[in-house]
Amino acid sequence: METIVEKSLEEQFEAKIANEIRIEPKDWMPEQYRKTLIRQISQHAHSEIVGMLPEGNWITRAPSLKRKAILLSKVQDEAGHGLYLYSAAETLGASRDQMIADLHSGKAKYSSIFNYPTLSWADIGAIGWLVDGAAIMNQVPLCRTSYGPYARAMVRVCKEESFHQRQGFEIMMTLCNGAPAQKKMAQEAFNRWWWPTLMMFGPKDDESPNTEQSMRWKIKRFTNDELRQRFVDMMVPQAEFLGLTVPDPDLKWNEAKNGYDFGEVNWEEFWNVVKGNGPCNKDRIQTRVKAHEEGAWVREAALAHAQKRSQREAANQAK
Amino acid sequence: MSQQKEWPLWEVFIRSKQGLDHKHVGSLHAADAEMAIQNARDVYTRRMEGVSIWVVESKHIHASNPDEAEAFFDPANDKVYRHPTFYEVPAEIKNM
Ligand SMILES: [Fe+2]
Ligand SMILES: [Fe+2]
Ligand SMILES: [Fe+2]
Repeated sequence: METIVEKSLEEQFEAKIANEIRIEPKDWMPEQYRKTLIRQISQHAHSEIVGMLPEGNWITRAPSLKRKAILLSKVQDEAGHGLYLYSAAETLGASRDQMIADLHSGKAKYSSIFNYPTLSWADIGAIGWLVDGAAIMNQVPLCRTSYGPYARAMVRVCKEESFHQRQGFEIMMTLCNGAPAQKKMAQEAFNRWWWPTLMMFGPKDDESPNTEQSMRWKIKRFTNDELRQRFVDMMVPQAEFLGLTVPDPDLKWNEAKNGYDFGEVNWEEFWNVVKGNGPCNKDRIQTRVKAHEEGAWVREAALAHAQKRSQREAANQAK
Repeated sequence: MSQQKEWPLWEVFIRSKQGLDHKHVGSLHAADAEMAIQNARDVYTRRMEGVSIWVVESKHIHASNPDEAEAFFDPANDKVYRHPTFYEVPAEIKNM
């Protein structure tokens, strides 16, 4: 007969983490683990939703019907990603209305990358190629994150992301093989998006206070700097293939570390955009709030309609 | 805005192809079942992931308690004889 060892809830939780057993919604978990996840997952959801805006404004101006259909599909996917993630956050007890309210009030953050403008069609290519590329780099390890519903949502998301990156790369390739003016458009878009994309991995490891705990809880599997380095190593050869110049004079192959050395991200700009002073922060939130408010009557009407129908059904059954 | 205005939460189950079980895929908000099914189509089957959708309001799901899982599933723990590998079959016996 085995002796039943009374383990504390905390120990059981730690043991699951150590043994790569996923934590599920109704399992006991430390309050801080729950809070960290709600913050991270809702932030991620908000990024998907706000991320629709810079691309969405090009749907009507896409250069062909094919490009329009593709872009429409991509933006629709991002809406789906937001919904998978909100639903994962709700399993932790977060309310959808509260999360949306926090986004609209500015209390909740979303990825700063979406506070940059999309000035030309080439920006749509650069976003798919670079921004979705960086998102994949961030998201693939999250498929193994310790919280079950988050991991499952990420599996779904990752399956859909690679089309996003490829369609972006194809736009860039088409422009790079086109007239000199088109090539120039591609280079300028690349120049605009390269550095903000590197910022997507978050602050440097020694300035990222949450990283250590998140790594211990296996919410995160790699540090910000590790992922940023991998991204640079992956993208430089692709840029070379396109014939684009990486806008970084300090970029240099480092044989010893088998990776690229690259210049310092402008962290002042990064924190400035995080604080709300990026080129499009106000515009993005205003657009979201406007859509939400103008949709209020639809949400209310749908609910009233559903209530009326269920009352009528109940009355019919009573007869 | 009051909290009652939030559309109810629905759990979504999808049969990926004929012959397979419906499987839980996630949840969504909708005013009623009909809308939940339509939203589920748009959110969870954009790439032909399903041929059939079930939705059920989350409040109707009852779950076993994970804190009691050990004791709850204990009855099956010591019944190795329920598995075919428990029995020794002579080498001469084929097709068993
Ligand atoms: Fe996405
Ligand atoms: Fe994403
Ligand atoms: Fe994407």
